[in-house]
Amino acid sequence: MVPPVVALVFSDVAGIASTSVGRTGARDGIRPGASPIPRPSVQTNSELADRPHTRRDPLPIRHERPLALAVTGSGGNGALTAGMILLAAVARAGLYGLLTRSAGPQIRGGESAAMLRFGPEPLACIGDRIDLLLALDWANHLRFSEELPLARTSLVLADPAAGTLPPVIAASGAALHPIALRAAARRYCDGRTNMVAVGVVGAVAGLPLAALLQGAAESLAPKGEAIVTAATACIRAGFAVVHGEATVTAAEASCPPAALARWNISGNEAAGLGALRGGVRFVAAYPITPASDLLEWLAPRLPRLGGLLIQAEDELAAINMVIGSSFGGVPALTATSGPGLSLMSEGLGLAVASETPIVVANVMRGGPSTGIPTKSEQADLDLALYGLHGDAPHLVLAPLDIADCAFTFDWATRLTERLQVPAIVLSDQALGQARAICDPPPAAPALAGRERAVPGAGGYARYAASIDGVSPMAVPGEPGHMYTAEGLEHNARGTPSSMAADHCRQLDKRWHKLVAHNYGPTWADIDGCLDSHPAALLTGAAPGGLCLITWGSSRGAVVEAAERLRRDGWLVRVIALRLLAPLQQAALRAAIAGAGAVLVVELNHRGQLFRYLHAQEVLPTTARVLAHPGPLPLRPAEIIAAVQALEDAPVA
Amino acid sequence: MDSTAIPSLGARDYKSDLKPVWCPGCGHFAVLSALTRTLAFLALPKHRIAVISGIGCSSRLPAYLDCYGFHGLHGRALPLATGLKAARPDLTVIVTGGDGDGFSIGGNHFLHACRRNLDLTYIVMDNQVYGMTKGQASPTTRPDWRRSRLTPEGTGMQRFKPAAIALAAGAGFIARGFAGDPNGLSHLLAQAIEYPGFAFVQVLSPCQTFRPESREWKTRVHPCAGAPARDPATAAQLMLTDDGMALGLLYAQVLPPFESQPRLEGDDLAAIEAEFAL
Ligand SMILES: Cc1ncc(C[n+]2csc(CCOP(=O)(O)OP(=O)(O)O)c2C)c(N)n1
Ligand code: SF4
Repeated sequence: MVPPVVALVFSDVAGIASTSVGRTGARDGIRPGASPIPRPSVQTNSELADRPHTRRDPLPIRHERPLALAVTGSGGNGALTAGMILLAAVARAGLYGLLTRSAGPQIRGGESAAMLRFGPEPLACIGDRIDLLLALDWANHLRFSEELPLARTSLVLADPAAGTLPPVIAASGAALHPIALRAAARRYCDGRTNMVAVGVVGAVAGLPLAALLQGAAESLAPKGEAIVTAATACIRAGFAVVHGEATVTAAEASCPPAALARWNISGNEAAGLGALRGGVRFVAAYPITPASDLLEWLAPRLPRLGGLLIQAEDELAAINMVIGSSFGGVPALTATSGPGLSLMSEGLGLAVASETPIVVANVMRGGPSTGIPTKSEQADLDLALYGLHGDAPHLVLAPLDIADCAFTFDWATRLTERLQVPAIVLSDQALGQARAICDPPPAAPALAGRERAVPGAGGYARYAASIDGVSPMAVPGEPGHMYTAEGLEHNARGTPSSMAADHCRQLDKRWHKLVAHNYGPTWADIDGCLDSHPAALLTGAAPGGLCLITWGSSRGAVVEAAERLRRDGWLVRVIALRLLAPLQQAALRAAIAGAGAVLVVELNHRGQLFRYLHAQEVLPTTARVLAHPGPLPLRPAEIIAAVQALEDAPVA
Repeated sequence: MDSTAIPSLGARDYKSDLKPVWCPGCGHFAVLSALTRTLAFLALPKHRIAVISGIGCSSRLPAYLDCYGFHGLHGRALPLATGLKAARPDLTVIVTGGDGDGFSIGGNHFLHACRRNLDLTYIVMDNQVYGMTKGQASPTTRPDWRRSRLTPEGTGMQRFKPAAIALAAGAGFIARGFAGDPNGLSHLLAQAIEYPGFAFVQVLSPCQTFRPESREWKTRVHPCAGAPARDPATAAQLMLTDDGMALGLLYAQVLPPFESQPRLEGDDLAAIEAEFAL
């Protein structure tokens, strides 16, 4: 029996003209040749308003890929769990996916939205719009509606019992379709509306039932068999709302889930894994959103590798604890967000001066001060680059997508050990708290590890000058080269010194070891290669072509914008910087050379990377910047619009 | 342990060839000597000792020893030592510093180190003044001490009571020594280093330069009657009512040591990575 589909009554929105909402919606038309997404053949809200009666039209199935869907809710009604299940289902259907989330400041039960984009190719960008929105209820929808841009091509599913339709939905021009979620939930399965929603959304999104059921079984397994059984019933019920009972059984039989060598991983998990791969075996940290789940992932896993994690009393303690561990020979990491990184500044300086390798993960959120703790922004680049007192050279890196968190943290750990220096790694909420179905991330290039003092050398000088600036580091417990690590300026033996010559020598040493190191091609990802691939560089930026420069999590939107621009005939090169300090000036200049226009793209208010690159004299004076602050992410359409607005923008 | 393999060392063997920067007559000299004698007495191999400090005259001490050392940040010696000891439980880790370093800027770490009960020895050279920055009031300075230009009317704040605060924060070993009683101090330090947990030793260590009046401490110190207390209530009574000059082991009780998660070698990264595979 198919439960009856109940009508939505849209009397409150009758007469509102269908206009686009949101930044990206407004720019829908910038690409010549229009959207590849076909308009679904369902009624818009104004049509519905004309016929506010029970309708039994079949729901349109959305087969376009990539497809972006969102499940929203409030009061802990399980939107995020639904998102996790749908992501697992997408994986089982043999597709790639990217799951992001939006949560309000409430500790429990506030508004939340799970946004999933999926398709046959790897995805690092959430796209321009939500194609399919299912609202579990409309309470608090306004708080994140700007994060869920709808277009006229979008389809909105909602239970008439879910409350008053927000005007912003009606104004979007999206097609609306009523779905009796609650009735189905009551009828089949004691009211688990979010699970019915998984069935409905999955069916409308063209996912096989078997994949949905397996996704639920995997995601809910830790909660026990009873929960999985109940969820299965609900998902079937939801699926039947769309396809009818008969199809359920057929679909089930027709989809043996694919076994694929892909991963389901979050950015914070990937960061933790990368650190473990790089050799980190000690972590000390103080909880802070959005870094805590990185720490919570590491806490039970470090002991399995002979390591440990300490919850410190504050970030001042955390950074000094990791310095202590590393001094003891055990590679160490701390993870925090902007406020914590501010507290760690002095400790970072100590690691620089004492030449103690440590990794500091900064999972960025909106700032300054407590800022916007649950949402993303790339606004700590200035702090990471310049936040230390004195001349304090150190490494600054940024992972470029979720899987790249593993690569970049792995690489950062190896670099710190090799160069005896602290590294700040700038991840962010958009990477850290998002999950992807992705290919397993590659390991970072092998590097010679920490150079250890050789026994019997006699007269051990911890900070002796050397050709590459790196001096052998003794580890407590080894006889023969006891020394005191020193935060005061010192001579080669580590004896405190305020003499100009010693200061100069040690400053040179600490600078030289960073710039003398050959970082290889992974300093940047150029045109979608993991590294600044020499073959790609040979072609140079095509003369007169467009060069887009970005860093960190903004890479996904920039790469997608570039792909679309290329399809429209533009010559585009994308340079995504993974190593921000020391900046690989020569290589970067070479990669930019010849470009007719340069646009720097980043998620902060005043263009922190843009200003840095100018200060480092790598940008032509004609370079422009597209920078806007969080919490709204960069989307491809606004990058395309910015490109089109560039003065004298060259077209090949 | 390789301690049996090394020839027995004298106190001087634990000293480095660096000449201390301290003013003549500074109490910290006596603390350095007492510590080297203790290390020799305990026959600890030099390369297995790490002495960690913050910033201050007192915090200069590690470089004057021929052991491993870390001269870190003002107030942050305890967390640095915590990381080291947690990562390397095989080492003997000693923390040295001053009252400003430990009770003011590092006060929060002091509380949590007491609570955490890692096997550390924490020696605070308390001269009731900031020596290194030239004579400002510290947390243990009397509220009516008017000799600092920074607080010409005195601090007007109650004195920090290190022993009582350590007790309240959960420390299991609390002692008070005096730089003018090197033998007694060595004895306390030996007990502290051997204590299997966080051992706190407050050492009254006069600053000749900025608190010359503390020369008379030698006439005011006295053994602590009734010490060591074995239960916290008695200890609290003793520490809250004493004059701050009572010497000896004030409180000793063996408490459960800090337990991190049990560490199991043997699992490998591949097993962890497998969690992500579909
Ligand atoms: C972050 C920071 N703030 C202030 C200082 C300046 N400073 C250096 S030592 C010191 C006080 C030292 O006093 P104490 O710990 O009692 O040691 P003493 O010199 O008396 O032995 C201060 C305030 C500093 N080095 N770092
Ligand atoms: S200033 Fe005071 S504490 Fe510092 S060395 Fe001189 S006497 Fe000692």
